[in-house]
Amino acid sequence: MYKYDTYDQAMVDTRVEEFRDQVKRRLEGHLSEDQFKPLRLQNGLYLQLHAYMLRVAIPYGTLNSAQMRVLGDIADKYDRGYGHFTTRQNIQYNWIQLDQTPDLLAELAKVEMHAIQTSGNCIRNISSDQYAGAAADELVDPRPYAELLRQWSSFHPEFLVLPRKFKIAVIASETDRAAMKLHDIGIRIVKNAAGEIGAAFYVGGGMGRTPMIAPLIREFVPLDQLITYSEACLRVYNRYGRRDNKYKARIKILVHELGKDEYTRQVEEEFAHLLTQGIEPPLAELERIKAHFPDPAYDPAAPDTLDRSDPDFALWVDRNCAAHKQPGYMIATISLKPVGGIPGDATGEQMRLMADLGRDYSFDELRVTHAQNIVLPHVRKADLYALWQKLDAAGLGTANLDRIGDIIACPGLDYCSLANARSIPVAQKISERFAAKQADLGELKLKISGCINACGHHHAGHIGILGVDKKGTENYQLLLGGCEGDDTSLGTITGPGFSEDGIVDAIDKATEVYLAHKQGDERFLDTYRRVGMAPFKEAIYE
Amino acid sequence: MSDVQFRFRDDEPVADPGVTVDVFGAQSNAAAVRLEPGDDARDLLPYLDRIKLIEVNFPTFTDGRGFSSARVLREAGYTGELRAVGELPVDHLGHLRRCGFDAFAPEPPLNPADAETAFARWDNVYQATGDGRVPIWAKRHG
Repeated sequence: MYKYDTYDQAMVDTRVEEFRDQVKRRLEGHLSEDQFKPLRLQNGLYLQLHAYMLRVAIPYGTLNSAQMRVLGDIADKYDRGYGHFTTRQNIQYNWIQLDQTPDLLAELAKVEMHAIQTSGNCIRNISSDQYAGAAADELVDPRPYAELLRQWSSFHPEFLVLPRKFKIAVIASETDRAAMKLHDIGIRIVKNAAGEIGAAFYVGGGMGRTPMIAPLIREFVPLDQLITYSEACLRVYNRYGRRDNKYKARIKILVHELGKDEYTRQVEEEFAHLLTQGIEPPLAELERIKAHFPDPAYDPAAPDTLDRSDPDFALWVDRNCAAHKQPGYMIATISLKPVGGIPGDATGEQMRLMADLGRDYSFDELRVTHAQNIVLPHVRKADLYALWQKLDAAGLGTANLDRIGDIIACPGLDYCSLANARSIPVAQKISERFAAKQADLGELKLKISGCINACGHHHAGHIGILGVDKKGTENYQLLLGGCEGDDTSLGTITGPGFSEDGIVDAIDKATEVYLAHKQGDERFLDTYRRVGMAPFKEAIYE
Repeated sequence: MSDVQFRFRDDEPVADPGVTVDVFGAQSNAAAVRLEPGDDARDLLPYLDRIKLIEVNFPTFTDGRGFSSARVLREAGYTGELRAVGELPVDHLGHLRRCGFDAFAPEPPLNPADAETAFARWDNVYQATGDGRVPIWAKRHG
């Protein structure tokens, strides 16, 4: 994975000092909270309901065991012994003291980590495929391109005061595991007819209160124009994105209001101009970065067979492990969704254990997924059983990847100052209620947001739940038919909302409709798409 | 109008206040113009050779359109004074400078020591923005 050189390290160290200075000015009263807010936000520090929350960037979701260990230590030292992995492949700590944040950031900087641009109206952490570099179906490893974009977007002077936050995802597989088309810019690394590698740009996707699937605005951007094209996309947005209404300020609204063709025309015009400005790093820089992402030293003699005699282990392999491009290896996902647990939470102790397992079983590498789980990307099949036993003993062996219990949930009203309703207790109830039924329901992605901002990706859930405030009471709307993958679709609201217990019953009824109508190997989503909303609605509101 | 507090030019400052873009278009002898966030900097490109001062107004620090305006003007070859005016937080100074601003009239004025620190904060930069600074990628590849 990418290793900082002295320049990268100096940038992060400088940021720590800058933030230390900003915190000092705030604590001494030289900065008002209004003045401090945009500064702390560009450094991932939010003021939440009960305390400061710090979001730490995990670029494209990749980290090594030393980094994971520090994340665990920070949970114990600066938080209450746990952290929350997020849908942007980051981690957040919920109980942070302002005066301690500079020291915390300095500890992160020692292991090449930071909280730069993890919030605020700027380009956020670049996300990617959690199986990057390991997936059997990928064209190339997308992470070098994400790293190139990370450096370009870090402290980009023109784009630090955008109309609104800006999220970029980069993938290089046919299968979209990163919800790429639901980003402000989704980039798919592709090969053109001439056999050259380049980038397809999808611009203007997003969730929030106006969910949009990003249209393709350019099929092929040559690799030596990647930064220039990105800069053109951003400049048109910075100049013309709406600033009169925060809810209409994302690029999706600009692309929608201008129309895809007019936005594209403006980008192409800006792009043609910027090509004359010499802003593109040389291809040698991309090659330098690529050299940081070699294949690990796989054992060519690694046995390609698996002893499945332990049925619990076999179940975990079937549920949580994916095909690896290298024979004898698999990709293992550690579910952070134990029955009744808080989705995405891990204790400091669990993080240190995962760090050790990443070191011992996965060439020192771990990944965070947008579904709030952890991946060990390169595990020898022969080691899987030992790995699973250790995970299981630590409460990390839940076999529910992409099942109804593998819930994405935002922190909700338990923590978040924007939330209208709690997400966590609903997730816990659903997780408990459906634990026994889970196996029959097959792949079923359930996603919960505690407000319209959609951090819990409810629009993209096969089953989505949106918490709203209805005259002072928490109320939950139900959506069906969303999907974040290649066949991206947005969920449709079933009808009137439900109470906290009512929403769990409604989901139960929806799953019964699925089981009654299911044909062959259909997933919940497939059945819903075939039969439509009517039978679900009828059962839910009968 | 706020006073220029920081200036990185050797020539004599233009004393005239900038006229609006609308007035400027009709008034062929004006040498100073003031851009508001909603103005298109490219409307000025035909006149750059006679403009000595362009003020870019930041009525609120949360509106970042002026950052792009500055780069558009510099990329088009404008070499006159480019002055950021309005609400300029000290932490934006270095970034504004990178976008091409060479004069600053913050309102309210800034603590000079804080500003000096902010201007000098970043020894290295990741991007080429036409401000003459050598980006990290260029240093890596000599």
